[in-house]
Amino acid sequence: MGVTGSGKATVTLPTDEQILITREFDASRHLVYRAWTEPELVRRWWSGNRGEVTVAEVDLRVGGPWRYVMVTDDGFEAAFHGEYREIVPNERIVATEVYEGMPEVEALNTVTFAEADGRTTLTMLVQHASKEARDAHMASGMEAGMREAMDLLERVANALR
Amino acid sequence: MARAATTTDAFNAVAEPRRRQILDLLASGERPVGDLVRRLGMSQPLVSKHLRVLREVGAVEARDEGRRRMYRLNARALKPIYDWVLGYERFWSERFNGMDAVLKDLKREEEGGGGDG
Repeated sequence: MGVTGSGKATVTLPTDEQILITREFDASRHLVYRAWTEPELVRRWWSGNRGEVTVAEVDLRVGGPWRYVMVTDDGFEAAFHGEYREIVPNERIVATEVYEGMPEVEALNTVTFAEADGRTTLTMLVQHASKEARDAHMASGMEAGMREAMDLLERVANALR
Repeated sequence: MARAATTTDAFNAVAEPRRRQILDLLASGERPVGDLVRRLGMSQPLVSKHLRVLREVGAVEARDEGRRRMYRLNARALKPIYDWVLGYERFWSERFNGMDAVLKDLKREEEGGGGDG
């Protein structure tokens, strides 16, 4: 097929309250599940290229808490936590998620792992209580990652004054 | 506590649904305040308040035409905001690329670990 590495991540907004993230991996799903849930492995990828994961706590059982913290190179700290609601090993994890910069907004994330021909499609459905909450989550959760875009916006805005 | 205007506020400014409606209306061209008031079915003071927030973050610009105050979209300043879905996607792509590296190691480990894999 000529598919090396993996597919592109796609983000769609199926309803006003939802965000859907999909990505295919060139690995069987028990490995994708491990990469998603084991703290030592999460530490290696969860901050993207934007800094370091300083906390990755996972208590993988129904009712168990999780908490991830990343710190960007310029010292911005973004912390998220939640609680596991449903766990089907290698298949499905349902958990709440709160961005600690916006503690009143709680999302419910459903992550599914589907394998076909040795490849695994991971989907994460983020369900918010309202459109406002979803949009705020998308914008605010990006603080850690959007520094460059914000700097750009500031420069543009200043130039127009 | 007083806050300095930061670019973070631009994202917050646009996260408000009424303000997004205003931006949508202005996307089709410059409009006077009265026109926005009519189309949104909101009071003039409320519309003016939203416009002030949008002006503060550079999302809209105003000029006086005779006795009318005209508002228009500042598309250049807004692009990063409209790109927020793309930005979100980019961030997740970085994370997933990191997962690819982790998975490569796990596969190697599993194969190296031998047995029937």
